Amino acid sequence: MSEQLDAGLIDEQIAESGRLGEPTDAREVGRARRRKEDARLVTGRTTWTDNIQLPGMLHVAFLRSPMAHARITRVDASAARAQPGVVAVYTGADFAGEQGSLPCAWPVTEDIVIPDHPPMAVSEVRYAGEAVACVVATDRYKAADALEAIEVDYEPLDAVIDMTEALAEGSPKVHEAGNRAFTWKFAGGDIDAAFRDAPVVIDRTYVQQRLIPTAMEPRAVVATTDGDDFTLYSSTQIPHVLRVMLALTTGIPEHKLRVVAPDVGGGFGSKLQVTAEEVLGLLITRRLGRPVKWTESRSEGNLTVHHGRDQLQRISLAADRDGRIRGVRVDLLADMGAYLMLVTPGIPILGAFMYSGIYKVDAYDFTCTGVFTTKMPTDAYRGAGRPEATFAIERAVDELADELGLDPVEVRRRNWITHEEFPYETVCGLTYDSGNYEAATEKALALFGYDKLRAEQADRRERRDPVQLGIGVSTYTEMCGLAPSRVLGSLSYGAGGWEHATVRMLPTGKVEVVTGTSPHGQGHETAWSQIVADALGVPFGDIAVLHGDTAVSHKGMDTYGSRSLVVGGVAVLAACEKVKDKARRLAAHMLEASPDDIEFAGGSFTVRGTAEGRTIQELALATFAAHDLPDGVEPGLDADATFDPDNFSFPHGTHLCAIEVDTETGKPTIRSYVAVDDVGSVVNPLIVEGQVHGGIAQGIAQALFEEAVHDAEGNLLTTTMADYLIPSAADLPGFTTGRTETPATSNPLGVKGVGEAGTIASTPAVVNAIVDALRPYGVRDVRMPCTPERIWRVISEAGPAAPVPGRATVPASGPAPAPVSGQTPAPMSAPASEGGAR
Amino acid sequence: MPRITVTVDGVTYEEEVEPRLLLVHLLRDRLGRTGTPIGCDTSNCGACTVMLDGRSAKSCSVLAVQADGSDVVTVEGLAQGNEWHPMQKAFHTEHALQCGYCTPGMIMAAIDLLRDDPDPSEEAVRRGLEGNLCRCTGYCTIVRAVRRGAAEMSKAREPQEVPAP
Repeated sequence: MSEQLDAGLIDEQIAESGRLGEPTDAREVGRARRRKEDARLVTGRTTWTDNIQLPGMLHVAFLRSPMAHARITRVDASAARAQPGVVAVYTGADFAGEQGSLPCAWPVTEDIVIPDHPPMAVSEVRYAGEAVACVVATDRYKAADALEAIEVDYEPLDAVIDMTEALAEGSPKVHEAGNRAFTWKFAGGDIDAAFRDAPVVIDRTYVQQRLIPTAMEPRAVVATTDGDDFTLYSSTQIPHVLRVMLALTTGIPEHKLRVVAPDVGGGFGSKLQVTAEEVLGLLITRRLGRPVKWTESRSEGNLTVHHGRDQLQRISLAADRDGRIRGVRVDLLADMGAYLMLVTPGIPILGAFMYSGIYKVDAYDFTCTGVFTTKMPTDAYRGAGRPEATFAIERAVDELADELGLDPVEVRRRNWITHEEFPYETVCGLTYDSGNYEAATEKALALFGYDKLRAEQADRRERRDPVQLGIGVSTYTEMCGLAPSRVLGSLSYGAGGWEHATVRMLPTGKVEVVTGTSPHGQGHETAWSQIVADALGVPFGDIAVLHGDTAVSHKGMDTYGSRSLVVGGVAVLAACEKVKDKARRLAAHMLEASPDDIEFAGGSFTVRGTAEGRTIQELALATFAAHDLPDGVEPGLDADATFDPDNFSFPHGTHLCAIEVDTETGKPTIRSYVAVDDVGSVVNPLIVEGQVHGGIAQGIAQALFEEAVHDAEGNLLTTTMADYLIPSAADLPGFTTGRTETPATSNPLGVKGVGEAGTIASTPAVVNAIVDALRPYGVRDVRMPCTPERIWRVISEAGPAAPVPGRATVPASGPAPAPVSGQTPAPMSAPASEGGAR
Repeated sequence: MPRITVTVDGVTYEEEVEPRLLLVHLLRDRLGRTGTPIGCDTSNCGACTVMLDGRSAKSCSVLAVQADGSDVVTVEGLAQGNEWHPMQKAFHTEHALQCGYCTPGMIMAAIDLLRDDPDPSEEAVRRGLEGNLCRCTGYCTIVRAVRRGAAEMSKAREPQEVPAP
């Protein structure tokens, strides 16, 4: 740790930056640099959107529908308008001619139904929490008071919260056009051949429960205007995309609209959106000519931040008796909620490419039906489609192992793509560029002590211990680095996947980096500085990274889908290369040498074979003075670059979880958790570790704790953090993490992306462990979240109270078993026992 | 309206407040002390934790009038000039924050935890921080940071060694 910056010495970076012209000797990339961002965050000197106070600012509060589905027959706001401090009250009708439909940028099929989606409901509400009216007042307390004085008459309509019911004949219609938004199909190989006469068929249905992303910072919006210029501050992940979309939605010309994402307190996909509140903030400030602020409460946020997951997955595997998977068939229902938001329909489609996981599969068949229900819309949530896909295949592979009496790791070995086989074209149409599943798995098994834990498990089964031990494995890959623009085009996505960066040397030799990515906890200021420090040979402390303001960073595609480093970081590197090219020409001119004879090292350009040279800082000053530039060379040492990758990147890894399940109470306790991830080359191991940890916690939370629960009328029952349980430090174990490094071949940094890996891998690892613990009881599935009550119920319902001594499993590294006889189990057409709150 | 006197990070304020005004809104909206953020409205998340007369309190669950005559320390009052509090340093060193939104409350709760248990085990830290939620870190680095902060703070408290005569 001694090589790092001492913690907390703010002045150290300043001191370091005083070394003008001094080359750095240590490579920055790969170093566990403490973060630049921390200084303002640990001292409270942040600019969260809700911290912004502008002169004359007013506060907006929304009246939200208490019903999931109703016709609005009357809204009377007169009493509210008369209250002290109230400046205006607006209903949906007041903005009817002005509020454009909230955009959906991903029409996945030609016949997709995209319903009109007004920011404030005008005649009908379709989910509990939909905005019906808003108050603008001099402070947030007065605004909240006035909401209570607005009278709304609702004529209740039937709610429909279950996707299967929504598709049934005679179901209440969410929209006139019906409840089917789209059907999207994809296939590869001969699926009928794969299933024809397959000796083993595993057929399961899994429930991806609805989740609430729950970034710690509630969403907030500040909108202000100065004549016909507008500025919107928003706690958003996507200031650039938001600006384009808001210009199209509100009619404010794009060049008159500046969008700023100040410090943003987490996103996890939930701030990848064009929201009603952002649109209305602009419309209200346009009407009133005064700045307005809206900050959601947590209970408001749980209702109206878009939700994640909510899929019903039927997955079938056709396999041979030796465990070789022939084909995968997936029939997916994806709950869209009441409307399609920015990328709602695309989320399950992203998953479509990942159902073959790390395996060599001959044939694949995928059908997804997007379904409207009277619930808050779904959209991107950490991993976005890929956790769902990985969960289904990793659960199903465990079921296959159980059916064949094989160790789950052994079944994976028999099917996975071996490291010599890369690049590998999958049946899902992707080309995995690189990977080494063997290495990651071996390392994980060793860290975990797999064989020892299996022995303990056998012992506990033998002893009929009331506390059973379960071991869960999850071997995953994901597609990161969204994305090659042409691929997004082929999937009807409304934008590209490139990223932009500017690198500019300042006259005094410092460096400003402008990035199109928009961080919210990922440490871009630190990681991008490391990349630039190495590329230009300037000190880490001499580099500032600017982001999240469309007036500063004029183009970008923002931060989501683990794309920032893989696309945005590479764009930064590309801009550095352009700067260096120009600097080389300048150096050649100043040193009276041919550019071909100029060498670059440690921030200095020298004539080959001589000591004569110029530092990059001296060159920056020379271009500022511009007294002696070569013909045709413009002053300034700066460059723009965009990077559009040729391919996705494919992080992978193996996660192992050991869980003790108290079979008398149903309580699961994670005993150990090991993750070995391969995220390619690593820029900052500290940041990678942090991202992996956070991801694991979020995935465990889906497995054990979290669920957005609605009652039959469509009311959300989990509106607060008391009802929607996100885990605390006391609910989680320590994690053991390790890495293997197989560089990506699709970008010059060799990086793969890390933000979603932990979340994708951990959910199936945990549920596999719980089911593994309970197999002697005849349990084959536990529906998520696996609460003690649900676990207790499945044990009770599965049959005998005492465990049956466990089947023999073959050790992971052991010999192949004799073929088993026995029947293919009856398909499980319904999810496992309900229990819980529903 | 009630008139209250409250000292925040060493500065004494006299304010007229509505009886229902929450301490956190007094700090943020009236006094401009925005270092203390709000993460929920049910006192579950702990983002708004401050020191109230020396003990941690969730400032969303305290009325401003209840703080009359009190001494409040927020995350903005921890550093001595440019020298951070050992717990702030420890959070930085151990990478115990990502988005940083929960961090002020987490640091305040951690400092209070050490008043009762100056050398907490990992388990004790996990239990002690149960009322503060983080969505980014998975808590491992936070636990490490609190234990590092504890060690640094007890080192600072140790009497200077006197050389033997």
